[in-house]
Amino acid sequence: MTLVGQAAPLIDWEWIGRNMDQIVERTWEHLGLTAVSVLLGLVISVGLAIIALRWRWTYAPITWVTGLLYTIPSLALFALLVPIVGLNATNAVIALTSYTLLIIIRNLVAGIDGVPASVTEAADGMGYTPQARFWRMEVPLALPAIIAGLRIATVTTVGLVTVTAVLGLGGYGFFILRGLNTFFWTQILVGVVLSVVLATLLDVGFVWLERVLSPWARGRQ
Amino acid sequence: MTFWEELEAFLTAPDTWSGPDSIPTRLWEHVWISVVAVLVASILVLPLAVWLGHIRRGSGVASTVVNIGRALPSFGILAISFLVLVQMGAGVGEPWAVLVALIALAAPPLFTNTVTGIQSVEAWTVEAARGMGLTGKEVLSSVEIPLSTPLIVEGLRIATVQVIATATLGALVAWGGLGRYIVDGFARQDMGRLIVGAVLVGLLAIVAELGLGALQRGSAPKGARRGDVGNPAQRSTV
Repeated sequence: MTLVGQAAPLIDWEWIGRNMDQIVERTWEHLGLTAVSVLLGLVISVGLAIIALRWRWTYAPITWVTGLLYTIPSLALFALLVPIVGLNATNAVIALTSYTLLIIIRNLVAGIDGVPASVTEAADGMGYTPQARFWRMEVPLALPAIIAGLRIATVTTVGLVTVTAVLGLGGYGFFILRGLNTFFWTQILVGVVLSVVLATLLDVGFVWLERVLSPWARGRQ
Repeated sequence: MTFWEELEAFLTAPDTWSGPDSIPTRLWEHVWISVVAVLVASILVLPLAVWLGHIRRGSGVASTVVNIGRALPSFGILAISFLVLVQMGAGVGEPWAVLVALIALAAPPLFTNTVTGIQSVEAWTVEAARGMGLTGKEVLSSVEIPLSTPLIVEGLRIATVQVIATATLGALVAWGGLGRYIVDGFARQDMGRLIVGAVLVGLLAIVAELGLGALQRGSAPKGARRGDVGNPAQRSTV
């Protein structure tokens, strides 16, 4: 590695070929951290959204606190968690999960609020209990908004996972960080491009999921 | 050393309070690069965005910009910017790569909020202004811009907070700023340095968020104050 690699080609295809195993491994790490954080975020958000819908006055403080969490830069949040949980995957998952909350809660509450009163009244008239009405009418009708929230949360998390390499956790950020330290451009580009590709694929996956989960909306477009 | 001893050691070291790696220097680096990035992005983007909003075009471009911006990781933009600038001959440790990346990150929210803000002024409001004899320019300066100021300031807030967060990552491409303490804290296993850096960065971001949020609330013209303010989720976190 000479001074700054002017002579080196921007993309070293041979390196990519030699390191396919590692690329696959980093993909699983990246996907794993994203999936665990978004799923955990969804579970916590559903709980908080139910509280916010049941007791309206809690909505403002819930969005205020999750909004504040969302404002703290990821590198700072990882660092702040080190004295509490140490330098490990738990640290990253706590930070990444906390970033998904605001997005998912807002979309859950807005989605349920967007269900027309005529529909809920019809459900009441048909003898639905409030629980049945919530899970069988309001949640399915709020599905587009809920999935829109999950899409934003997932795409954002994929980008943030790149920073977890600083904690020594791998993922595509490992390539970016290693490439920066060695001035090896191929590694940087591989890390960035794969991260964008993964985010895009997951986004498309959610669009597909929405179509599968809401067969009644198909053909409406 | 325990955590508290490390914290005390860092806070009582002379280098912490004066010199190139002191808190005042790092804070100043972080603040100036953030302010310059937001200012340059505003100068580059706002005239075009205001014009597009005025002629009621560009909302498609605005939403495309948002979607692309979200999929591109800030760390990735920073790394690519570093790569390109070093290839072009910039020195390692100079602020240029960070500055270019921050300008690129500040531009989309400023553009999107301004275009949608000006377009959200109701058509009948514009027609009423024209009916009163205002020219196109006057409509823009005394109706469209004042009415959309809260949304434009919101774009400024989103951009600023995102820029402050991403400037933290500047330490990963050999630049300074408060992120230096976090990256060095990790590298040297120095908890005191790590936590002081993290707290300062967190506070700076929260102060910008709350301060510009207050400005946003106060920026609506009298008689057009709406209750609706502030959704940090419109910005992508970093």
